[in-house]
Amino acid sequence: MAAPSIEDGVAPSVARRRRLPAAVILGGTILIAMILAALMANWLAPYPFDQLHVRDRLTGPSLAYWAGTDEYGRDVLSRTMFGSRLSLFLGFAATLIALLLGVPIGLVAGYYRGLVDELLMRALDVVMSFPSLLFVMLILAITPPGLMKTALVIGILFAPPVARVTRSVTLDLMTGEFIVAARARGERAPYILLREILPNAWPAIVVEGSLRVAFAILLGAVLSFLGFGVQPPAADWGLMISTSRDFVDVAPWMAITPGLAMSLTVIAVSLLGDGLREHLDPKFRSTR
Amino acid sequence: MTVYVLKRLAYIVAIMAIMSGLVFLSTHALPENTAQVILGDYATPETQAALEAKLGLNRPLGLQYAEWIGGLLHGNFGRSLILEQPIAPILWAALAKSAIIAVAAMMMISIIGIALGVAAAVNYKRPFDYIASALTYVGLSVPEFFWGLILILVFGSYFQWFPTSGYSEPVDGIGVFIAHLALPVITLTIGLQAHVSRLTRSSMLEALDSNYVRAARARGMPERVVIFRHALRNAMLPTITVLAQDFGFLIGGIVAVETIFAYPGVGRLLVYSLSRHDLPLMQAAVLVITAVYCLANLAADLLYGVFNPRIRYGRAVD
Repeated sequence: MAAPSIEDGVAPSVARRRRLPAAVILGGTILIAMILAALMANWLAPYPFDQLHVRDRLTGPSLAYWAGTDEYGRDVLSRTMFGSRLSLFLGFAATLIALLLGVPIGLVAGYYRGLVDELLMRALDVVMSFPSLLFVMLILAITPPGLMKTALVIGILFAPPVARVTRSVTLDLMTGEFIVAARARGERAPYILLREILPNAWPAIVVEGSLRVAFAILLGAVLSFLGFGVQPPAADWGLMISTSRDFVDVAPWMAITPGLAMSLTVIAVSLLGDGLREHLDPKFRSTR
Repeated sequence: MTVYVLKRLAYIVAIMAIMSGLVFLSTHALPENTAQVILGDYATPETQAALEAKLGLNRPLGLQYAEWIGGLLHGNFGRSLILEQPIAPILWAALAKSAIIAVAAMMMISIIGIALGVAAAVNYKRPFDYIASALTYVGLSVPEFFWGLILILVFGSYFQWFPTSGYSEPVDGIGVFIAHLALPVITLTIGLQAHVSRLTRSSMLEALDSNYVRAARARGMPERVVIFRHALRNAMLPTITVLAQDFGFLIGGIVAVETIFAYPGVGRLLVYSLSRHDLPLMQAAVLVITAVYCLANLAADLLYGVFNPRIRYGRAVD
């Protein structure tokens, strides 16, 4: 599907102004709805997430409890809504940390090349050589658990792929005439990196970042499922599914609602990321 | 080639050294030390000090590390604190059981992933392609532990076709052995085949659009030969790379899957040791899993070189 060649004469921003792909609209709508539900859980949720209804333990979906209750009689729907806060926060916080660490590394490596590039990339290789789940589990098992710390560890682990993407885009942009011009004007490295390269590199970074959000939510859910993330009685999707394992024969609804919410969130973020990639940068193909 | 392999092996040794140091230090960062784990909640400062002296915990860290590494190199992993048994036999048995589901899952992932990808590419923009793409999305977005739970609900609780937990030795009946493997392997396959089929589809589409496929068709080759001999063979290269990457994901997936199906593999052993703070067991499990991971990555890279004659290792490959 080759674009017409008149595009060559048009500024990139104009050429890009096409209709948003359906994936972006669909994913974005679901994600915004999820974020709103998370923010307004206090008003939307029928019950507080930790309110016990001991006489209604393990009851199926009903008018009073739309998604049933768990082993303490807590409302599964309310807990799922409050749980979205933890998952979304983790996804975005970890990605933000990964971007703050990875983007500068990628920019510097791509700009200076040579020895700096070699050293930075080999260091990232070392970080990427560790099995990531194992690494996070080890850190979380030996230190007291906490949401912020989980986000930080995941963010550090996700920095190398972000740095790689940023570096490859930077290397590509460095051959552009506008960089040659900026250098000829005598601009300094910080100016070129922040004012010339970064504005042109952001589509690729946004795409990578959106995919990282999905990965971070999944990794966080696995961690709390295994018991290394958020601790009870917090309402967390992974934790809720983990508890439901013991009641799967008598109360399957305990797993279904949080599981669907989690899957829907990840699908929405992935759709958004893939759609954005298609929309913003048709040339950029992920190396994953 | 030899130089390349030697370099990579040296690199793996370096990674293992870093990881061993990290694991060793991390156990010393724990709020409770080995003596406290052994003595439990009723430890008095006196008994604890006595046990620490007996175990050599009050000696310099460097010395303790050197002793530990020395033991490891002789295949001596020490004793588990909670299980109160030597670690090596437990660890190797668990590793073998994990290898069974890993190999079975990798086979399923390759076969199903490639078949789905080829079928989707051949039916490009037809209903089958759309259905396969949607399934791929769901496969990639739903974590293993939720798939596992759904499978337990459907095939374990409702239909009661398969056991939902544990492991059975092949000598106790091959049918029972396979039945115990079914759900964990299916769970691992659902998620990871999606990577493979997605990539196979896109590289097949590219190959089907190429001049050599057009030429083959023009020469009147049967479509079957065109698809499998001309297109697929060329499309396989990225697939092999992603299969290799998937092995890394598989190790992560196995930890979750073994936990949910109570399968006695190395992943469950790791979770057990971490949550019970069984320090020697935890150190051993982390190191062995890291080693498997590194070696699998190396094997994948070498395999890639075998399949792609254009790549000759020896110089930097980016």
